[in-house]
Amino acid sequence: MNVSAISPRWHTIAATVENKPGVLARVAGLFSRRGFNIHSLAVAPTEDEKFSRITFTVDIEGTPLDQVVKQLDKLINVVDISELDPAESVERELMLVIVEVGEQRKELMEIVEDYRAYVLNEGDGKLMLSWSARPARLDELEARLRPFGIVDMQRTGRVALPSLGT
Amino acid sequence: MTSSNPNNGGEALVKSLEYEGVDVMFGLPGGAILPVYDPILDSSIRHVLVRHEQGAGHMAEGYAHATGKPGVCMVTSGPAATNVVTPLADAMLDSVPMVCITGQVPLAAIGTDAFQECDTTGITMAVTKHNFLVTDAQDIPRIIHEAFHIATTGRPGPVLVDIPKDIVDPTNPKSTMTWYDPDSIPMELPGYRPVMEGDPALIEEAAALIAQAERPVLYVGGGVLKARAAEPLLKLAELLQIPVVTTLMARGAFPDRHELCLGMPGMHGNYTAVTAMQKSDLLISLGARFDDRVTGKLDGFAPTAKIIHVDIDPAELGKVRHYNIGIQGDCKLVIEGLIEVTEKLGASAQADRSDWRSTVSGWQEKFPLVYENSLPGDKLKPQFVMEQLRDGNPHDTILCSGVGQHQMHASQFWKFDHPYTWINSGGLGTMGFSIPAAIGAKAGMPDRRVWAVDGDGNFQMTAQELVTATVEDIPIKVALFNNSYLGMVRQWQEMFYDERFSEVHLSDNVPDYVKWAEAMGAVGIRVESPEEVAPAIAKANEIDDRSVVVEFVTDARENVFPMVPTGKTNSELVVDPSQQHLIDGEASGGDAGNGAAS
Repeated sequence: MNVSAISPRWHTIAATVENKPGVLARVAGLFSRRGFNIHSLAVAPTEDEKFSRITFTVDIEGTPLDQVVKQLDKLINVVDISELDPAESVERELMLVIVEVGEQRKELMEIVEDYRAYVLNEGDGKLMLSWSARPARLDELEARLRPFGIVDMQRTGRVALPSLGT
Repeated sequence: MTSSNPNNGGEALVKSLEYEGVDVMFGLPGGAILPVYDPILDSSIRHVLVRHEQGAGHMAEGYAHATGKPGVCMVTSGPAATNVVTPLADAMLDSVPMVCITGQVPLAAIGTDAFQECDTTGITMAVTKHNFLVTDAQDIPRIIHEAFHIATTGRPGPVLVDIPKDIVDPTNPKSTMTWYDPDSIPMELPGYRPVMEGDPALIEEAAALIAQAERPVLYVGGGVLKARAAEPLLKLAELLQIPVVTTLMARGAFPDRHELCLGMPGMHGNYTAVTAMQKSDLLISLGARFDDRVTGKLDGFAPTAKIIHVDIDPAELGKVRHYNIGIQGDCKLVIEGLIEVTEKLGASAQADRSDWRSTVSGWQEKFPLVYENSLPGDKLKPQFVMEQLRDGNPHDTILCSGVGQHQMHASQFWKFDHPYTWINSGGLGTMGFSIPAAIGAKAGMPDRRVWAVDGDGNFQMTAQELVTATVEDIPIKVALFNNSYLGMVRQWQEMFYDERFSEVHLSDNVPDYVKWAEAMGAVGIRVESPEEVAPAIAKANEIDDRSVVVEFVTDARENVFPMVPTGKTNSELVVDPSQQHLIDGEASGGDAGNGAAS
């Protein structure tokens, strides 16, 4: 099963942009002045250092996806842009989370085992875990950890690439 | 000319501008841009020294509108850069090709809150098609070349190039560079690929849809002028015998005196143009963007019309109104394609449009633009003055306008028979646009007569540029419609705020516009009675060695009609009070209407 569980009004867009100062500001500025909402955003250089890839999830309630893509494509520094259909792409997101260990260490470790999360660090009665998966699976793990007490958490926002052979 | 092989950034910048074919530029020097002003002394480029940087920007726009070439302005950093933000935004909304050079503090000072520093590229990001911060003198020829390329191709627009002082200052080693021909190296614009050719299959589909249409209207926008497509448009309209409306940005793209021309649609469009679109079964939109001032309340706009939307900017297709056929491409090329396919289809393929033509001409007869003549003792009627101005000038006169009632009266009552004779601020609605724009137009077209129509509120925003016109010997003529009010705002307060006039009365006696004109080296003429109007215009036209300001003292009670009140549909157009009973007849089914929803 490779269907994202997030709301259908959210779409994943991947843009290849020139790796130059200010490009992220241009993209973010366009979102705000055209009234589009960014749900998540991840940006890093590609295999060619002249370009970066920005993967963002947009909330397109009230704004046709088509307008978001076309307006972004007009930015001179945006080289290529496409929507990634969740059914035809692989999406991943990384989460770092600090959880209270408390009395139920055994139950907590079972979950860690279950999800094959990594324990990065331990101390002061807390565990720092790292896990990368589909965003919906992160939601799931997050929900299971919550009863133990989440002290701090950082998720990266999704990155995605088209699936091979589609 | 600057030296043939500049070896520093400042000279390279000026030589780059010469290389791009710049003959006139508009600007005002200051600290950060100083090193560039030295090589200007040796340049072939004429530099027009303005009195305020906003003037430089609007002059560059006026120049671009009139000549079709990119307008160029150059100013210093900080407050000078912020002063050109308004013209940049204006050029952005009206797709005016323009290159603006701004000085910047030295590279090492950027981000330190240095004197006259501001984040120019950050501030102007939203009001330019693109902007650059140059960080290496060696890049100057390439980036200037890219700036002109971006400004003039695809959907034109303003491009700003921010230049730190140290890379243009010959006393600083950072300015060292080796000149190269910018065409000899590739541009570095991997993400910029404007599409010119329309998809031939879509053009065929469009031609077929047009052939079936019984009540079509050609909805012509500013993109047709930007594409230099007035000639093929005339051919297409005549070939298909389809009536044409020209938006505020497209006045002159199709001759007003042509029998197929319906004039301007929209909030202050004439009855026939507005109603023909409302009752149309097919709108062929060419380089227009379904602006809210054209559509009125969107869900009631042209309810029975299918849409063919042609635009060079794909983001315009479907942005406001869904289309049946959307064609991304240059208007000239697409129109030529439509002509070719239509000719192949043959005249017999076209639906019978004789009923439509007679309905439309019936509206034209029934709802001409009207106004009441002034009674003895009244102030001048602005519509009368506009007609006199039109009749007292040749058809190829370039008319520049400010923003407000005088702008709408000009668009309504002037007859535009040639492209590029109407220059105004359509999208942004920038008061104070007309005088600097007229100076820019005159600088680009010195042999043409250039009139600025202006309101008294507008005039007080940018009149000081008449000093520039005098000193630089760029004489323009100004028809100043002085009704002592911010007239359009007054009209809205009268119609929609129960005549509660809040902060719209300027003054009945100050400033003295004749004295002000004279103080700026222009001739000032005040006109108060109808019989003085034509002679004053004739007198102004005889003066060619300096600017002339003719102040027409007009009646503030006069409103612009027709009008679609904001928030209403175009079917709720309010015509001149004297015609309202005719509208009531139309609504009760008095006309043929061709069965369209009404």
